[in-house]
Amino acid sequence: MQIYADNAATTKMSKAAVDTMTEYMNNWFGNPSSLYTIGQRAKEKLEEARALTAEMINADRREIIFTSGGSESDNQALMSAAEFGKRNGKTHIISTAFEHHAVLHTLRKLEKNGFEITLLPVYKNGIVLPEDVEAAIREDTCLVSVMTANNEIGTIQPISEIGQICRNHGVIFHTDAVQAVGHLPIDVKAQNIDMLSASAHKFHGPKGVGFLYVRKGIPLSNLIEGGAQERGKRAGTENLAGIMSMTVALRESVENMDRNNAHMSEVRDYLIKGLSQIPHSALNGDAEKRLAGNVNFSFEGIEGESILILLDREGISASSGSACTSGALDPSHVLLAIGRIHDVAHGSLRLTIGEDITFEQADYIIEKVKNTVAHLRGFSPVWRDLAEGKRKYILP
Amino acid sequence: MALYSDKVMEHFINPRNVGVIEDADGIGEAGNAKCGDIMKMYLKIEDDIIKDVKFETFGCASAIASSSMATELIKGKPVSEAMMLTNKAVAEALDGLPAYKMHCSVLAEEAIQKALDDYNEKHKK
Repeated sequence: MQIYADNAATTKMSKAAVDTMTEYMNNWFGNPSSLYTIGQRAKEKLEEARALTAEMINADRREIIFTSGGSESDNQALMSAAEFGKRNGKTHIISTAFEHHAVLHTLRKLEKNGFEITLLPVYKNGIVLPEDVEAAIREDTCLVSVMTANNEIGTIQPISEIGQICRNHGVIFHTDAVQAVGHLPIDVKAQNIDMLSASAHKFHGPKGVGFLYVRKGIPLSNLIEGGAQERGKRAGTENLAGIMSMTVALRESVENMDRNNAHMSEVRDYLIKGLSQIPHSALNGDAEKRLAGNVNFSFEGIEGESILILLDREGISASSGSACTSGALDPSHVLLAIGRIHDVAHGSLRLTIGEDITFEQADYIIEKVKNTVAHLRGFSPVWRDLAEGKRKYILP
Repeated sequence: MALYSDKVMEHFINPRNVGVIEDADGIGEAGNAKCGDIMKMYLKIEDDIIKDVKFETFGCASAIASSSMATELIKGKPVSEAMMLTNKAVAEALDGLPAYKMHCSVLAEEAIQKALDDYNEKHKK
């Protein structure tokens, strides 16, 4: 049985997205900046895509900038808000400890350039408290950036409340919604969002394309200089085929969202129930306020990469927060941020299921994970010490 | 997965000499749970020959494969020869390890050297 359970890493393109992509590569090669007919027709399509994308998040089409994806959108949003802040003598930025590296590494760069960064805690359940945001805002705060849903543990953040607080204080609010767009309802107006990052390949669109929403009136500076594309805010000839394909995928995801989420959350809870039977294991992140497709467990006494490779042999593609999977020394910063100490953060497994998941597949996953954990514990010295009482269990 | 050589995969999937020796003559442990790898080696030594060796490992695929290969390399060998075992020899016997996984072979060498030290300590005449 082959089961792709790493949809937070990337998703398979939908048929309509692939068809659109090939249609536009075959028949719409014109440069939207050219003034002759094939260029102008391409430009019309580009603007149709912009209008539709805007509609999906209740924005205005002039508020959408097409980019190369989530990382670029995050970089531009943060660098731009920081630059604007600095011009006004504001050099304090608030974010959270478990943001994506596209945000955290950009903040680190800003810190080196004189910005002061406050990273808020996300507690055991992996959810930021709006009151923490309120308490952290200062006179010189220029930006708050909190992700809509976490990429590793899937926890959903109180974006509307945080947005409202930022609005009250006149601070720009950015959200990295890469895991949320196409999976959770987004209404930038109702949720008080000033800037939002999205990536097509997380909702069955192509890789290398995404967008940045920037509310009208929020100043935006360039990350990429050059031509006057995207109202002069993002140079480079537009990836029309990718953009059209993304738009089709986004509309499909939004239209089918309720049905997909109802099904996936049922299977997710079934998986959580099944995996919870493994002794000394624990779900990472809040059990309810999480993406419909996200299951993330820690298993005591074993290491994540071993789990992944054994599951891969059984046809299951998954992911882990173990250091060994990334070549880093420390395990996932997300798991550390929710208080999982190194010993159990290394033994984590992330399964991010897709819309086509079946209960039969879930049963298969549960069985294979149980076997794999038992196999690896069978010759783990840590597990032996725990079982013999020489070491105390961390997970109940 | 092309991350590892076939040899690494083979030793990871079917590790040799897994387990514990209850009356071991030497026990060595290397690594810690914080960094994500712990290896424990058990030796049974008779007439200065490593009659039996078993291991337990908490770690990634290359750590498990390195432990398994290291036990194979010293089993049946004289203590003096086992003391010469290097991490390089373990990695080479596995047809190589990715650069950032070389520390796994270092842990295997360390665990075996510690087990041999433990044996020498206990059997000082």
